[in-house]
Amino acid sequence: MLTEHAKVLFLLESVGEIVGRKKLQKMVYITQKLNFDFNQRFQFHFYGPYSEELTVMTEELCELGLIEEHQQDKGNYSVYQYAITEKGRDFLHHVHVNLGNILPIASKLNDSSSRFLELLSTVFYFEQLSREEVEEKIFTLKAKQNYSHGEINEAYRWLQELRQSC
Amino acid sequence: MTPTLLEEEKVFKDPVHRYIHVRYKTIWDLIDTPEFQRLRRIRQLGTTMFTFHGAEHSRFNHSLGVYEIMRRIVTKLEVLTEEERLLCLCSALLHDVGHGPFSHTFEKVFKTDHEEWTRRIIEGDTEIRKVLSGVSADFPKKVSEVIGKTYSNKMIVSLISSQIDADRMDYLLRDAYYTGVNYGNFDIERILRLMRPAEEQIAIKYSGMHAVEDYIVSRYQMYWQVYFHPVTRSAEVILKKLFQRAKLLYDCNYHFRIFPEPLVPFFKDGQAKLRQYLDLDEATVIYYIREWTREEDEILSDLAERFMNRRLFKYIQYQPLDYQMWTDLQGLFRDAGLDPTYYLEFDSPSDLPYDFYRSGEEEEERLPILLLMPDGSLEELSRKSDIVQSISGKRRFDHKLYFPEDRITDVIRERLGVN
Repeated sequence: MLTEHAKVLFLLESVGEIVGRKKLQKMVYITQKLNFDFNQRFQFHFYGPYSEELTVMTEELCELGLIEEHQQDKGNYSVYQYAITEKGRDFLHHVHVNLGNILPIASKLNDSSSRFLELLSTVFYFEQLSREEVEEKIFTLKAKQNYSHGEINEAYRWLQELRQSC
Repeated sequence: MTPTLLEEEKVFKDPVHRYIHVRYKTIWDLIDTPEFQRLRRIRQLGTTMFTFHGAEHSRFNHSLGVYEIMRRIVTKLEVLTEEERLLCLCSALLHDVGHGPFSHTFEKVFKTDHEEWTRRIIEGDTEIRKVLSGVSADFPKKVSEVIGKTYSNKMIVSLISSQIDADRMDYLLRDAYYTGVNYGNFDIERILRLMRPAEEQIAIKYSGMHAVEDYIVSRYQMYWQVYFHPVTRSAEVILKKLFQRAKLLYDCNYHFRIFPEPLVPFFKDGQAKLRQYLDLDEATVIYYIREWTREEDEILSDLAERFMNRRLFKYIQYQPLDYQMWTDLQGLFRDAGLDPTYYLEFDSPSDLPYDFYRSGEEEEERLPILLLMPDGSLEELSRKSDIVQSISGKRRFDHKLYFPEDRITDVIRERLGVN
């Protein structure tokens, strides 16, 4: 029961807290691509791969009081901050999940910016295309983000490293 | 590029739009392909027919309906080139071509994705790709990108996928028509007449706001009254358990009376080839379910018989954090000789009727519905509509437990609180 919800909870418990809806989305997507057992369906949206199912789960976890959602002021805008509650920890005692050794990768992703994870998840999404085609996608679909070649190189380096570490 | 036109316009009679008009040869040829004709054998609403007996319409009807709405939209959009118009029409027609039998349940159990199949059908070795390639070599890829939302022109993508798009407008009207409910109706003529291009999407003239309100409320009603109807969900639960049981039996080398060959590639996760996927339709799946009613495996035959004869599971409201009840029920079901894996299910549908980006908050992935004001400015819908504001961003959940009432013991009955 609510096993997929429990996996999201487990991820949150592992890394402590996640700042930003976008970051949570991209972390789940990237770990799913690295064969961790997340089963949400992702589609390409404005900010890269996005799962409506994951949004629903997060909202349901909030409604059930298993996670806390706080708005964090970032100056001219605010982001949502997520953390597991005591009730959530109790839930994980009843609904067991096994996501293997997700902590090192999840922590590494959580320590990077949402902007970079948007780029990295986009590179994962178009992984089957040639490098040239991926760059074209990034420069047209993400023109407003103005990613540099250096950032794209870095995303490719991460992709290889993450693939090798799994 | 000038798309080839038919010598004269062809029309299909349609109960929702009255007529569906075809002028481009490419569209006519696409409809004739075996991959598109296959959609006649895939129902639009899966198990909803168990609740609303009229809901037997297919994805073929719906796809033609989305095409027709798109045709009406692009005819007025002067910002589009002739090739872009054809691109919009082909994308609308083919947006659901990758759906399989009882998609939502099938995909969950066998971990397939109809959007990935759509891409493979459009870009793979199919008649559809041949027809699209007749427009230009890269045309199949463009169509695939529009449907996959990765095409560079965001306005074109938004016409097929946004909070007010051709797909949603058709399915609400069509599903309302075939289920016989009144909720899904709204004034589509007015919405289409008042659509205007704005920035990277479409806006609706302010004078059409009430028609858009009707559309949003219709959507809300349809989700809770039709799509999430607990009887429909009950049939889905049984179908899901049935697929899970069949897969488990296959994995354990169970000897099926009639070997379910077309399903085997799906029992082996991710091993289905395009041709195998295209060969599978609801007629095939229902044939095997009927055969399974005669299987020796009691769970498989019982679930199959329930599905064929509409002996569905009953349901009660359930608080998902009541762990004790869940644990108790698991034990009680086992004591009664019922495997809870197949006879006890928790289900929790949810819908968000409309949402938008609030200034100052984190970026929102959903494209808002914009109103074109008399002074030429653009306003987000909920800022002008009290009705839409009252349901914006509010998600509703419905937690239920499903079980076979005819097989439970008095002790289980008591624990569930049913008489």
